[in-house]
Amino acid sequence: MPSDPDATEPVMPEPPGDRVPAVTPERVLAGLALLVPIVALLWVSSYDKTDPPAGGVPFFYWYQLLWVPVSAVFTVAAYLLINRDEKARTAARKAGGAR
Amino acid sequence: MKDVNVPALVVFVLFFALVTVMGFLASRWRRADDAAHLDEWGLGGRSFGTWVTWFLLGGDLYTAYTFVAVPAAVYATGAAGFFAVPYTIVAYPLVFLFLPRLWSVSRVHGYVTPADFVRGRYGSRPLSLVVALTGILATMPYIALQLVGIQAVLDVLGVGGGEHANWFVKDLPLFIAFGVLAAYTYSSGLRAPALIAFVKDALIYIVIIVAVIYIPIRLGGYGHIFDAAAHKFSAPKSGGSMTLPDNKQWTYATLALGSAMALFMYPHSVTGVLASKSRNTVRRNMAIMPAYSLMLGLLALLGFMAIAAGVGQGDKKFNAQLSVPQLFADMFPDWFTGVAFAAIGIGALVPAAIMSIAAANLFTRNVYKEWLKPTASPADETRIAKLVSLLVKVGALVFVLGMDKQAAINLQLLGGLWILQTFVAIVGGLFTRWFHHWALFAGWAAGMAYGTWTAYGIASPATKHFGGNAAAIPGIGEIGYIGLTAFALNLLVAVALTLVLRAVKAPEGPDETRPADYSAEAGDEEPENAPEPVAAH
Repeated sequence: MPSDPDATEPVMPEPPGDRVPAVTPERVLAGLALLVPIVALLWVSSYDKTDPPAGGVPFFYWYQLLWVPVSAVFTVAAYLLINRDEKARTAARKAGGAR
Repeated sequence: MKDVNVPALVVFVLFFALVTVMGFLASRWRRADDAAHLDEWGLGGRSFGTWVTWFLLGGDLYTAYTFVAVPAAVYATGAAGFFAVPYTIVAYPLVFLFLPRLWSVSRVHGYVTPADFVRGRYGSRPLSLVVALTGILATMPYIALQLVGIQAVLDVLGVGGGEHANWFVKDLPLFIAFGVLAAYTYSSGLRAPALIAFVKDALIYIVIIVAVIYIPIRLGGYGHIFDAAAHKFSAPKSGGSMTLPDNKQWTYATLALGSAMALFMYPHSVTGVLASKSRNTVRRNMAIMPAYSLMLGLLALLGFMAIAAGVGQGDKKFNAQLSVPQLFADMFPDWFTGVAFAAIGIGALVPAAIMSIAAANLFTRNVYKEWLKPTASPADETRIAKLVSLLVKVGALVFVLGMDKQAAINLQLLGGLWILQTFVAIVGGLFTRWFHHWALFAGWAAGMAYGTWTAYGIASPATKHFGGNAAAIPGIGEIGYIGLTAFALNLLVAVALTLVLRAVKAPEGPDETRPADYSAEAGDEEPENAPEPVAAH
């Protein structure tokens, strides 16, 4: 995963109390993980060529096919990150409600 | 008239009989507590877990027409036809962002259709109506195209009777297939396609895996296949190429993006999503749906295999839509051809069932109950929806038989363009209430008008109007997908008019949703519902 050094830091300062801020490292990373396959596939000029071929298949075709499993890995990563984020939010809400 | 392929036909009919039995038995599967409620017939009780949803969505989105049309496009144009692959890759990360929110708000408020959500969010009946009508309009030709998929298979099997047969003999198998489909959809609702999707997807996977291994062995390997394709496209006026010419790259990217954005605006996709039992089920599915994309990519390569196998060679009038069914018939032993054709045929039934249910839900909730009979009970809604699902299928059948097949293909292209114009209202609404509902209405109208008008002006060898889906993008000068350009115009109008309407303090409709509704998970709505949601049902 491409790691943007700034992205791992929360953009907003942590507000006081147990409220989870809208922008968390998990959410930013998940957003990036989702963005990578979209940008890669829409950047058509980066793969619009026949060389190098693989097993007789021109680059144009095997490269895009390869992105199918790769994009799934990125989406799974986003899923795990968002899951963590939502668990933290639920915990914070429960703690807030118990006050 | 071609000879009938008997072994293939027998296998085909056996599979067809199997799914018919399953379709009728499906009404007993996970039997409902309250069978009269539209949630049961129209959304399978909102109870499907991760795997059922995966099969259902796969069966729903990857239709028989896809199986026929995608390799046909590759067969005819080469690289340009491959855009279906980036399209399905881009789609899931994109919708991952907003579908969980749509699921949550729909669960809290009992929404069955995207137009229900628009009604609740903006409190605007006209906006909700146009979203519903756009959905119905875009779905109808799509159902019709499923019939075209079955017809292609029947033709190659030899039971279609060819061009010169009496129309009744020619279309009798189609009548039977659709009659059976209509009957079990009527009795079992969304449970029927959900159950049949298991058979459909399993068959499709088997056929594709066998095809991409067995056919290249018979044809002398992938290297030879791509050489043959390159040879075909190197001829002058071949109409295709192995990579994209520079001026087609924008078209490729905008088609992929626009189609990906449109995919989950289609009512039948939303139906599949809302039928799942939890927010996390939706998310998990966005991560595992690419398995189908891989299959689609391999399937696209079958177009090249058809070229290498010499399918349609020398026949100037060969219908590219038949290239893959013909390839199967030429390459496979007869009994396996039957399996492959059963996969395509059943692959038409599942989406046709879900689409007709989705269109019926839209009509019932957003036209009938909203405008004609506001006092309709949930049992009335179910009764009407069942009847409408029949009407929709009859309509699709008349459409395919009565009109030019080209018209169905044109309209389906337009359908994608149209449904994309509901994106701003639906996805915008999932994140913000900033847009004014009249601004969204105007944006929708502008996008629809621009897109339809531009598409009307495009001619192709096959048709005088609606001959393509790409045109020059004003201000950029590249050729791009008309639907996406129309979407940009739609968004621009919606933003500009919202600013104006806010400046003059135009009155807005009530919003029945609350921020917490958009992140609600199954089971936690009760304790959080301090103010009772209005008009939940």
